[in-house]
Amino acid sequence: MFDKRMSAADVVAQIEDGMTVGIGGWATRRKPMALVRELVRSDVKDLTVVSYGGPDVGLLCAAGKVKKLVFAFVSMDQIPLEPHFRKARQGGTIEVLEIDEGMFHWGLRAAAMDLPFLPTRIGIGTDLLNQSSFTFKTVTSPYADGEELVAMPALNLDVALIHAQRSDEKGNLLVTSPDPLFDELVARAAPKCFASVEKIVSTADLDMRVNARFSLVERARITGVVEAPYGAHPTSADPDYQLDLGHLKEYVGSAESDEAWAAYRARFIDQGEQAYVEAVGGAAAIDALKKPVY
Amino acid sequence: MSDNQATLAELVIVACAEAYRDNGEIMATGIGPLPRLGTALAKKTFAPELQTTDGECYYGDEPVPPGGRADVVEGYANYDRVFSALWGGRRHSMVGPVQMDRFGQANISVIGSHDKPKVAMLGARGFPGNSICHPNSFFFPNHNARTLVDGEVDFVCMAGYNPARYVGGKPPKGLDLRLIVTNLCVMDFGGPDHQIRVISLHPGVTFEEVQENTGFPLAKIADAIPETRVPNAEELALIDALDPFGVRHKQFKDNPPARRA
Repeated sequence: MFDKRMSAADVVAQIEDGMTVGIGGWATRRKPMALVRELVRSDVKDLTVVSYGGPDVGLLCAAGKVKKLVFAFVSMDQIPLEPHFRKARQGGTIEVLEIDEGMFHWGLRAAAMDLPFLPTRIGIGTDLLNQSSFTFKTVTSPYADGEELVAMPALNLDVALIHAQRSDEKGNLLVTSPDPLFDELVARAAPKCFASVEKIVSTADLDMRVNARFSLVERARITGVVEAPYGAHPTSADPDYQLDLGHLKEYVGSAESDEAWAAYRARFIDQGEQAYVEAVGGAAAIDALKKPVY
Repeated sequence: MSDNQATLAELVIVACAEAYRDNGEIMATGIGPLPRLGTALAKKTFAPELQTTDGECYYGDEPVPPGGRADVVEGYANYDRVFSALWGGRRHSMVGPVQMDRFGQANISVIGSHDKPKVAMLGARGFPGNSICHPNSFFFPNHNARTLVDGEVDFVCMAGYNPARYVGGKPPKGLDLRLIVTNLCVMDFGGPDHQIRVISLHPGVTFEEVQENTGFPLAKIADAIPETRVPNAEELALIDALDPFGVRHKQFKDNPPARRA
């Protein structure tokens, strides 16, 4: 039987110290939080994290997992400033490469295409181009225009983590959110991509002829699927459930002191995912979350 | 029209709307309630061709009220397409940076050093690309010298008219900084060598007050700078309809009138 089902612990067992881990989603949208929490529970360290960042980045910073962060922002949308990211930045405890959202897209695309870089104008005239972790190089157009462009290097990942609504056992994924974001490129930028999914169903039940437009990527890019109901919480997996602003506020409080973080961790992370869903109010409460306004 | 009940917030909305006059059929993005209401007002009055989003991933048929949702949507604005649209130049954003300098360079990333910031904020987001791909305008609710700074901003997220940062001193062709609306005045980049210039003063504000609250020297559009237009009754009614939850009333402390007492 061709079967890619595995546990979150199986996924984390394949992540080694010092690896570059790309995380799908965007801010508070479809973050693979169950996998992130499993990483927090593990003893993996010194990760380079590449993310359109939200509480995924914050949790990993709080747990001391991040050596370097590649980011365009870390934000929780309705709560613009991510408190643990802030603390790590202001403490100078993480190395960073800060890039534009579009450069981030371009870097993933270069990696997905197995190119060393893609040219762009983005970054010109800004401080992004000279950072202590990296100095961007430029390329000159070989054509008549001769324009000098920024060479955005490929964001090559060792492992990608994403969250989808449905899959089958073979790793055929459906992402049914209104915006699939850049998860296809995140998956393609890594030799191994693991997806947490709300529900694993039969291939027939994916109803792929009808749902093909929600298919994220060919399954050959997916190494493993982890059934993790509410696995994106407290971020959203719209239309299955919405972000949990109440919980995010509680999470913000966990950055106030070491004791607050220890308490948050003990209550919401250390007990595992089943306990997590109960601790945040249970399935019915998550199902009842209201769609936020932007 | 000087004695109606218009507030400073409503005057700002009308001033923000002006940024979109004669822009053509583009995506108009106002970040924050007052710029957003400015785009909405422009769309409902002189620029029905503007495309505005719900901030999530759809273009609304009508402008989406702050704190509300689109009723009918007319198009798809997922991030991938927003990037494609903005790289193609058919967009005009109005944003609220934390700092801006004399060149129009703007910062939303950090205060202090980049390696160990005194204050870490959002990150550059899409500002670097926005700044060189399409027109940008700005809103500052607190016009002061900590926001409009001397020297350069702490971390340049948005490119500006700083020749030292470009090969041959020439910025990319897409760099097009337009209006700056603040709680005191409206400015543009129309002075010599793109010097920031006051083009209208909000009623009761003097140029001297604006200059004192700015970290760099400002140009003037004329010796006698015009007054920023106070919204008329029709505009006030439209703004009221566009902001049914009254979000605009909470943007300035005590919601002051357009014309200073």
